[in-house]
Amino acid sequence: MVGGTILGLLLALGRVYGNRAIYAFSTGYIELFRGTPMLVQMLFIYFGLPEIGVMLTPVIAASVALGMNTAAYQAEYFRGAIQSTKAGQMTAARSLGMSKAQAICYIILPQALRIVIPQWSNESILLLKYSSIAFAIGVPELMARAQMIGYSTFRFFDAFLIAAFIYLVLTTVLAQLLDMLAEKVRIPGQEGR
Amino acid sequence: MALTLVIEDIHKAYGNLEVLKGISFGMQKGDTKVVIGPSGTGKSTLLRCINRLSPPDKGQVWLEGEEITHSKSNINQLRAKIGFVFQDFNLFSHLTALKNVSIAPMKVMRMKKKEAAKLAMEELERVGLGDKADAYPAQLSGGQQQRVSIARALAMSPKLILFDEPTSALDPELIGEVLEVMINLAKDGMTMLVVSHEMGFARSVADEVIFMEQGVIVEQGPPQQLFASPKQPRTREFLHKITELYGEEREKGN
Repeated sequence: MVGGTILGLLLALGRVYGNRAIYAFSTGYIELFRGTPMLVQMLFIYFGLPEIGVMLTPVIAASVALGMNTAAYQAEYFRGAIQSTKAGQMTAARSLGMSKAQAICYIILPQALRIVIPQWSNESILLLKYSSIAFAIGVPELMARAQMIGYSTFRFFDAFLIAAFIYLVLTTVLAQLLDMLAEKVRIPGQEGR
Repeated sequence: MALTLVIEDIHKAYGNLEVLKGISFGMQKGDTKVVIGPSGTGKSTLLRCINRLSPPDKGQVWLEGEEITHSKSNINQLRAKIGFVFQDFNLFSHLTALKNVSIAPMKVMRMKKKEAAKLAMEELERVGLGDKADAYPAQLSGGQQQRVSIARALAMSPKLILFDEPTSALDPELIGEVLEVMINLAKDGMTMLVVSHEMGFARSVADEVIFMEQGVIVEQGPPQQLFASPKQPRTREFLHKITELYGEEREKGN
């Protein structure tokens, strides 16, 4: 998730501020990862890459796939947020002598990141749930554990019910935390943003 | 005496539309010049060309002998010496009034946080907003926001401040407080180039009024002369319209 956020942010900056080559790369990346199923991406990274000499453990392969996938989605959220900050903010920062990088860092991103929190909250919940497909390449995550317990006790109903419940608790807690974050960084005087 | 600002033969076109067709003038230290003219004649573009927010197509701009328009000039360093006050304030919405003023000294001039905060407080007090230091832009009135933005420009100790219609986005009852700050600045010897139709302001502090139309300077001169006996018929016509619009009272006030 963290890797995905950083990569997503870089991709978004590339699409908004980058030159033509960077823009093309970012756009291509985003289209590729949004346009193909995550399961295919994960299987490709785990089973496909070893053929060209890249061997990854299941956990790493799953993290890379999840990270690269979420990056593509987050990039679009970030881009939307960056573009929804007023153009005058950048102009004002530049007029004070800030470089473009300084303006992005101190003026644009602090505003854009606040705007992106609700979507970010959505995406992290999705990602948390999608971690269950790492099951397909044998990562001992929650789903896999539930199945194992199911097989050993023959109580599949209980095992998956508990797994679902744990997902629910995790996503609820995550959503709450992000809501609290949004409230904490809310800009006074700007209601309902 | 060396000029603070020299503008020579500035041209600027947007596509096929030629907005500026060769503008030249100079400003001495402490000068206040007011640019008037119908909308769409390139007044704002002229200001943006001066600090290269929109790079001019042709012509040169010098600030204290340094050429801003030179391709190798350090534009960030030069911009830091030129304040810019926008029509719609453009305060940084996520920062308090104090931080709005202190951020550029900190990030551009590498001033220490404490020092920058002290400076910012002084500048806010100078525009009469010391008590609003912790307020966010959305909690301030338009007039207060514009005063904060003037303080933000002042904190960089600029050689020149450009004002782009600083009062035209304000409710009428808030214009006075902003003009008062500007008048005090002019009297303190700040070099100011102001695009504005506030005749009262022009009359009381401008050294020169520049009437621009369709990308050229039609006429310029001291306000008393230009307002009382404009030489060009176009200037006369324009002044007549403005006076009708704003009313004699506002003109005499201030």
